[in-house]
Order: sequence, then structure tokens, then C-alpha cells
Amino acid sequence: MVLRMMISSQDIRETLGGIESLSGQVDRLSDDDDLFDKGLCSFGSVQLMLALEERFNIEFPDHLLNRTSFATIRAIRSTVTTIVEPVDA
Amino acid sequence: MDSLADPTSTPFEALPSAGDEAEPRSFLDRLFDRGHLVRTGIDGLYGRGGDFESVVEALDALVSRLGAADGAERIRFPPGMSRPAFERSGYLKGFPNLAGTVHSFCGDEAAHARLLACVEAGKDWTEDQACTDIVLTPAACYPLYPVAAARGPLPAEGLLFDLQSYCFRHEPSVEPTRMQMFRMREYVRMGSPEQVLAFREVWLERGTAMMRDLGLPLAVDPANDPFFGRAGRMLANNQRMQGLKFELNVPVNSTEQPTACLSFNYHQDHFGSTWEIGQADGAVAHTACVGFGLERITLALLRHHGLDLAAWPADVRKQLWG
Repeated sequence: MVLRMMISSQDIRETLGGIESLSGQVDRLSDDDDLFDKGLCSFGSVQLMLALEERFNIEFPDHLLNRTSFATIRAIRSTVTTIVEPVDA
Repeated sequence: MDSLADPTSTPFEALPSAGDEAEPRSFLDRLFDRGHLVRTGIDGLYGRGGDFESVVEALDALVSRLGAADGAERIRFPPGMSRPAFERSGYLKGFPNLAGTVHSFCGDEAAHARLLACVEAGKDWTEDQACTDIVLTPAACYPLYPVAAARGPLPAEGLLFDLQSYCFRHEPSVEPTRMQMFRMREYVRMGSPEQVLAFREVWLERGTAMMRDLGLPLAVDPANDPFFGRAGRMLANNQRMQGLKFELNVPVNSTEQPTACLSFNYHQDHFGSTWEIGQADGAVAHTACVGFGLERITLALLRHHGLDLAAWPADVRKQLWG
């Protein structure tokens, strides 16, 4: 049987909390708010990408390294979920 | 914005023959043979011959004529900039591998003796070299932003600058179009998003017409800067996705990998935020620039019209020299 690691919005929010350009806003963000509209800058998106990789022990493939993948909490959750390694139960 | 939404990308025809096929010599070798470039022993670091330089000067003057009516403020910085300004600019976030820093000997007399002994023995002599307050200019506009910021908020109509500088990028290559030290002519616009995007649109049209009138095959394509590493791929993809950078490409070394001779860049509020440049209404200033690679355009002309300037098409010569 193969289980996938469950990724919650809360997991993503905790990671976003460490990104300087979004500091203090994370609790007010909906899952569909555009993070770039909320102040996430290009270098912030790079910091976010690296923080997500560290937290979930993943590596984003090149084709997912773009704004769309990191645009909203829902998009991030979806992106991370698709690349989290399957875990043998 | 039509020209941005619909880049004029077209496949290129084959480049003109490189010359005597029985004894093929590279374009770079032929530039050396004719004295257009002068060897220094370092890839990407060349002297320029008189004919080559006359083309560079004519192009510089042509760009001045095209922008003359705009009333840009002309400033010429030396090819080095303040290291604190360089550090604040963020260049190291994206291009740590391309930067060049100026170091000087800062030791005492004993260290001087060690230095000379090392040079004599062919050993590393740089131990007592320390970083100075100067960094080689990576792009002509980098020294400008702190200068503009120091003047306070922009006027309502924004600002427009005319720059030209030798620039340095550490990327040794035997492709003549990828020099380590080269001249970049720029116009830089600061103001509202609408003002700077309108400026970029004007120069997309002017730059394309200029290169067509010089008889060069070209394509304007979305582009990205060569950001470093995996983080850089993210930045590059974002830049393309947002349509922030366009390049005017001309085949010089090959048709498959044409050479970016002009670039049209919208920085959004990157430099405005970094340097706290404000618009008249207090909002953060946006900036854009158009850059002309003077050596690259010269090389494109030599590649397509031949190494003998006197034999260039009359209309091209007229564009350059009247």
C-alpha cells in the first residue's frame, strides 16, 4: 500500500510565516489570495521555494520553478503534493 | 503594447560564408587577422582596431540622434562603481559569478618582498591583495540609481538618463560576442509604471527600426537574465512569464543561437524599492532601460556586411556616417 504525505494549508502557512516580505500577514491570507499581490517579491519567492524544499525534503523540478506554482497557498499545496515522494506504509 | 505581445520572432536565413572554405578560420580569427580586434591573451578581453572603433563611435552617435528629442540627462560614469552601492543593488543575489571586484596590494614592506618573490617563483602572489571600495560596473545603469535617489522624489514627469560605460562580466569565451569588457549604451527611464512602459515601447520600435535600417536580420524575443543557480531558474522563469525583458537578436556566431544586441527591460519597482526612489506622489518609482551592446552591434555589422567597411552597402554607411 502506498500513502502520500498529507500536506495541509497550515503546513504551507507555517512556511510562509518565515518569509520576510509576507511577515505579519499570513494569518489574514485566504487560500486563494495572490501572494505576489500581497507583497511577495521575486527574491521572496526564491526564499519560499528553498524553505518549502527544506521543510518537505523535496526538490522542485525546473518546470515548476515559476510564479504560478507559488502564487497562492492552494497552488503551493497542490505543487508540493504532486512532487512529495510516495511513502511506503 | 502590441509589439510586446507579438514578438517578431522569425527563423533566420543562413549566415554569410565565413570566407575561404579550404582553410576555414573562425570569425574571431578573421577579426584578429584584419585588425578589428587585438589579442591580449585572455579570452573575451581585446583591443579594438581603428575601423572597429569608428563603427562603435558611429553607433553611439546614431543612438544619440534617435533619442535626441527626448531630452535625456547625459552622464558618463567610469567603469567602476562604489562597492557599498554595488552590494545594496542586489547584483550578488542574481549574478555572483559574473561580478568583478577590484583588489589592491595592502601589505607592508615585508609583504611586498613576499609578493615579488612569489611573482618571481610563479606562485600565487595575491595573498596581501585586499578588496578596494570599487567594483567593476556590471551594467551601465548600476551606478545611476543611488545618484538619482540622492536627488529626492522624482518630478511628476519622471526622469530620463543617457548613459554609456564599459562593463565587466566574468564569463571568458572564445565567442567574439561574449566579451568580458564591453561598452553598453543605455537610456534609463524612472517614473510611474505607465511612463516607463511607454518608454520601453517607444524604444522597442526605434531600436528595431534602427537595426533594420542597418541591414541586419533580427528577431525580438522574450528573454531572461542569466541568473545564477536553481534559484536563478525561478527568477528567470518569472522574468519571462511577466514579460519583463525582451532582446533584439541577430545571428552572429550562429543562426541557432543568435546574439542579443539590444535589450528592453522593465525592472518594475526593483530599483525604486532598493534605492528608495519615490515618485512625485510618494509611490515607489518604477524603472525601465534600453541597452545597446555597442561591440555586439558592430560585430553583427561586420558579420553580415563584411570585414571591409568601405564595401558595406551605401545605405548602411549613410546611416552610420551620413
